[in-house]
Amino acid sequence: MTINEIQDEIIEEFGFFEDWMEKYGYIIDLGKNLPLIDAQYKDEEHQIKGCQSQVWLQADMEEDRVRFTADSDAVITKGIIALLIRVFDNQKAADIAHADLYFIDKIGLKEHLSPTRSNGLLSMVKQMKYYGLALSAR
Amino acid sequence: MNGKPMAFLDSAASSQKPEQVLEALDHYYRTQNANVHRGVYALSQIATDAFESSRRTVQQFINAGSEREVIFVRGTTEGINLVASSFGRTFFKAGSEILITGMEHHSNIVPWQLIAEQTGAVLKVVPVTDSGEIELDVYASMLSEKTALVAAVHVSNALGTVNPVEAMIRLAHEQDIPVLLDGAQAVPHMKVDVQALDADFYVFSAHKMLGPTGFGILYGKEKWLDKMPPYHGGGEMIKEVTFEKTTFNELPFKFEAGTPDISGAVAMEAAIRYLEAIGMDQVMRREQELLEYGTEKLLAIDGIRMYGTAPHKAGVMSFLLEGVHPFDLGTLLDKMGIAVRTGHHCTQPLMARFGIPGTVRASLGIYNNEADLDQLTEGVIRAATMLR
Repeated sequence: MTINEIQDEIIEEFGFFEDWMEKYGYIIDLGKNLPLIDAQYKDEEHQIKGCQSQVWLQADMEEDRVRFTADSDAVITKGIIALLIRVFDNQKAADIAHADLYFIDKIGLKEHLSPTRSNGLLSMVKQMKYYGLALSAR
Repeated sequence: MNGKPMAFLDSAASSQKPEQVLEALDHYYRTQNANVHRGVYALSQIATDAFESSRRTVQQFINAGSEREVIFVRGTTEGINLVASSFGRTFFKAGSEILITGMEHHSNIVPWQLIAEQTGAVLKVVPVTDSGEIELDVYASMLSEKTALVAAVHVSNALGTVNPVEAMIRLAHEQDIPVLLDGAQAVPHMKVDVQALDADFYVFSAHKMLGPTGFGILYGKEKWLDKMPPYHGGGEMIKEVTFEKTTFNELPFKFEAGTPDISGAVAMEAAIRYLEAIGMDQVMRREQELLEYGTEKLLAIDGIRMYGTAPHKAGVMSFLLEGVHPFDLGTLLDKMGIAVRTGHHCTQPLMARFGIPGTVRASLGIYNNEADLDQLTEGVIRAATMLR
């Protein structure tokens, strides 16, 4: 699936939720079930500092695809990370670098990517795209 | 907010404003607007009178010895920076010690670090106990002939602890050490008498006490202010300027360079009048009632831990829920229309002392009621079931 196909799929899924409670309940579940990042990557080098919550992000190339793993100390942040990874993981580097990330806004989670939220997510998206750019230049 | 009735529990960050304060701002700009201390025309005199009337009201409100000791600044942060820069440059030398506590806001840490770097002074920190207090004997043992200034928070923004400032000042004065108090979280919630305290400097912000943003007060004893050089240069603060030499205006204008925040001063006066009409004793009584009510309700929740359990506290409840990140809890509370602050509250060293990333902080204002606290505790319980 392309990045946009996955985004549209997520938007459709979130369309079924009646209220914020169900939506956040789902995000929290995603957060709790996010595959663990390898412990060696939970270091200073892979850390994205936010005032409110911390994020760790690690990227690797697997043939022509970028593979991401990530973690956060806050479970809602982690749930949104799970969605971001679902969109960007196993995609081509150049596609990640040039992606238009619209699903966050469409599913009503825009505030989590606000620069003032200070939860590390915005920096994480930038970092994922940066990896895409750097790896596509190889 | 978010489709729910709102429980605003973040007054320690900034309070809401009563009608009277908004009216004062509106009235000033519609009918009194002119620069102060300048024009010969009547309107400028009206603006000046309103501006200086505010200074008298502040003076009486905190019982300062004279209007000359009331400096208008942008807020607590600027007030502390002014003293750090001006007092520090004059009185700190290499090896001087600045004594602060472990529960200071970054605003009462960083300005001292900056001036310490320039003067060779060093920062000493009175440790905080598990209950979020300082011990007077430990504090006393840290005072010495090297101590050039004590700079301490009156009421902790992160824990709510009311520090024993009368005793702290008395102990410092026994060794002729001046004391600056950060009163940002004290003045909105209790009667503060700077002369009874015998504080050398006392700083607070308007926006936390029903007043406008960007306005605050630095109280300083005249004997110190007279010996301190100006902080900013410009208009208003001068007596005479030639290219060779400038002589400075007298107090308080020496420290008020440029066109001041006139509307801020006018609105601050309205805020003080509003608080005085209620009475600061009544404000404190009511907030203590709510603090007790909220603390009891929160403590009944399974797995809750309070940070700041001093017997003498102002209206701040800082807490964590076992196994739950404060950011997650704050996010869900927001969805339920409950405004609390999450994070380190600009007190990173204090959070490090407790070994936590931050807390969830509910703080009170005079407009809060029991229903707000019911909404908070119900919200915490609901969030807990979702997050655990």
